[in-house]
Amino acid sequence: MDVKFIEIFNEKKTAISSRWLDAMIASYPNDNSGFLMNQKDRFANPVGYTFTIGIEGIIEVLVKGEDFSESVSFLEDIIKVRAIQDFTPAKAMAFVFQLKTIVREELGKEIRQNQIYDALLDFESKIDDLALTAFDIYVKYREQIYELRTDELKRMTFSLLKKANLMSEIPDQEFEHKDQK
Amino acid sequence: MAPKVKLPKPGELSKIDFKTPATDWMDTPVEFKPGTFCWGSKEKDLLTLGLPNPRQWSPADEDWKIPEGWETTILEGMAERLSKYRSFKIFMDICVRCGACADKCHFYIATGDPKNMPVLRAELIRSVYKKYFTKSGKFLGRLAGARELDMNVLKEWWSYFFQCTECRRCSVFCPYGIDQAEVTIIGRELLNLVGLNIDWISGPAAACYMKGNHLGLEPHAIAGNIESMVDDIEDITGIRVNPTFNRKGAEIMFVTPSGDLLGEPGIQTCMGYLMLFHELGLDYTWSTYASEGGNFGFFTSNDMAKRLNYKIYAEAKRLGVKYIIGGECGHMWRVLNQYMDTWHGPADFLEVPVSPITGTVFENAKSTKMIHISEFTADLIKHNKLNLDPTRNDHLKVTYHDSCNPSRGMGLLEEPREIIKAVCNNFYEMPENTIREKTFCCGSGSGLNASENMEQRMRGGFPRANAVKYVKEKHGVNMLANICAVDRAALPALMDYWNPGVGVTGVTELVANALVMKGEKERTTNLRFEDLPGKGGNE
Ligand code: SF4
Ligand code: SF4
Repeated sequence: MDVKFIEIFNEKKTAISSRWLDAMIASYPNDNSGFLMNQKDRFANPVGYTFTIGIEGIIEVLVKGEDFSESVSFLEDIIKVRAIQDFTPAKAMAFVFQLKTIVREELGKEIRQNQIYDALLDFESKIDDLALTAFDIYVKYREQIYELRTDELKRMTFSLLKKANLMSEIPDQEFEHKDQK
Repeated sequence: MAPKVKLPKPGELSKIDFKTPATDWMDTPVEFKPGTFCWGSKEKDLLTLGLPNPRQWSPADEDWKIPEGWETTILEGMAERLSKYRSFKIFMDICVRCGACADKCHFYIATGDPKNMPVLRAELIRSVYKKYFTKSGKFLGRLAGARELDMNVLKEWWSYFFQCTECRRCSVFCPYGIDQAEVTIIGRELLNLVGLNIDWISGPAAACYMKGNHLGLEPHAIAGNIESMVDDIEDITGIRVNPTFNRKGAEIMFVTPSGDLLGEPGIQTCMGYLMLFHELGLDYTWSTYASEGGNFGFFTSNDMAKRLNYKIYAEAKRLGVKYIIGGECGHMWRVLNQYMDTWHGPADFLEVPVSPITGTVFENAKSTKMIHISEFTADLIKHNKLNLDPTRNDHLKVTYHDSCNPSRGMGLLEEPREIIKAVCNNFYEMPENTIREKTFCCGSGSGLNASENMEQRMRGGFPRANAVKYVKEKHGVNMLANICAVDRAALPALMDYWNPGVGVTGVTELVANALVMKGEKERTTNLRFEDLPGKGGNE
């Protein structure tokens, strides 16, 4: 990646991270007390912690111009949380695209001054790749939630039902279909 | 046919303002999205239990089929409980909104949804209390934080009282000791007055009422399941253990949650009980009548809990035992330790439990005459009465999850730890603010361990899983031990999602794996038929 771009990105790294985190936390508008942002204990506030560490991790990888696959585990940690939080897929994933806007706004002036538009485009392609990976991860975890349900049912009944077939009634699934509405 | 999706206009999605405006909680209606709520109770189960308003209904429907005049039913129910339970009245009156409890609930921590703050969860009901039972609320209305009881409020109650696992973590932090779990308990009682329960609670409660246990196992099934465990134990150890059922004159009756009789890894814990008692030569019996330690009636109403609990003392009396030992369970112990004696005591036909092996008198159970298997086992270990080979658990790096009820509800903190340290060489505690009295709930307690609300369970359990992740990364922890049947049922899914590779075990399973039994053959596998470290053929 363009050396100059990396240099100016590096200078604004902290601002970018913190704006990115802000944007992510803004998707929890009902958190009026600012808990997710302000509670710094990683065990008392696992969501905030996961996002903070995840964002820093991803930015660090991007800034070094390294292969974005290095950042997948951070991305995964964040998406795992978003995937179970009542968001539509678009809302759950929006944070990846928000990074584009933030970087454009933060680095716009320097990019114009240094005439490194290509570098910006390069960088944005990286974010696009990141977004595609993010969708794969999201879908994987959404599917896992359904697998957890079947796995659990198997565990609950598996060994003995199979061996002895002694239950007089197995749990019925008549409501299952409504779920798909 | 696949549901129709409304396609956004080009550019619309990317322009969405992701910061939706915050609304006041009273103006934020509750939404029912699949994955985040449990199915409603079934008609047949409410009929079995004799509960009001039996009908088929779905929380996803607009019409919940609540009978006319339900407001009166609820308000009268409230009035009755305000006069009957002093704690309820006090909890309604004394909260100063200091906020100390606000961020202590696992559901709030994982969602940022303010209605999952314990203080606001109580406010859902307190606002109605104010409107109808206090002067300020009657006259000032919303200014005094009061509101009318209407269908939206009722639905909100249902949603949020079945999003509280009655874990009591919040109460540990409240300077006034306000216990949101008790408010939730009352809230659920009120909901039950108009037929609003969840299927995962009323189903097991009905089964328990008819057949003695939540799973609806009949006596031959119970005996059959245990027999097949006996076969497995023989395969593994070469020893045939001989449990008895409904045997009059036994010294001890053993009661455990029925989850231990059927699912994995509950059955391995159960095999552990069988092996331990056999090794000690304990004079004990199983009951196919008092075949459930747990009590899903407790998640319905005080009366229902009392009714389902009755069989325990009754059966102890019928069999003429001296005292009762109970298996590893969570809410079962809150009921046995805090309610049973008041409901059905004094059990003066029983004796104060004395360990026949060590002679220890369990003064703490002087009144209930019932002791926890962990107390019993820890005492054996303290007196060096068990021949243990902890190296058989050397492939495990164990951490311990304090189940909410035994830890916060009855102070059972040291015993399980003493046991684990004696039977495992690798034990690592999770961080201090996530264990003991401050333990984080599994997210599935109080009857919320259904499968349709898996998403909600993954949220509620996130703070717990996050602490496990920490010891997994730091120490390589691969096994999460606990003394609760709901934990054994619910935590495997939680681990699969958040911390794949971490298994779940009852403490007694660990004991049985380490237990060197008299005359046993050399063991090559553990109770899960997995090769023992250094002993297996397939390593
Ligand atoms: S009892 Fe537990 S689940 Fe209920 S509000 Fe308190 S912390 Fe939350
Ligand atoms: S800690 Fe107690 S007094 Fe303070 S807001 Fe919570 S319930 Fe009310």
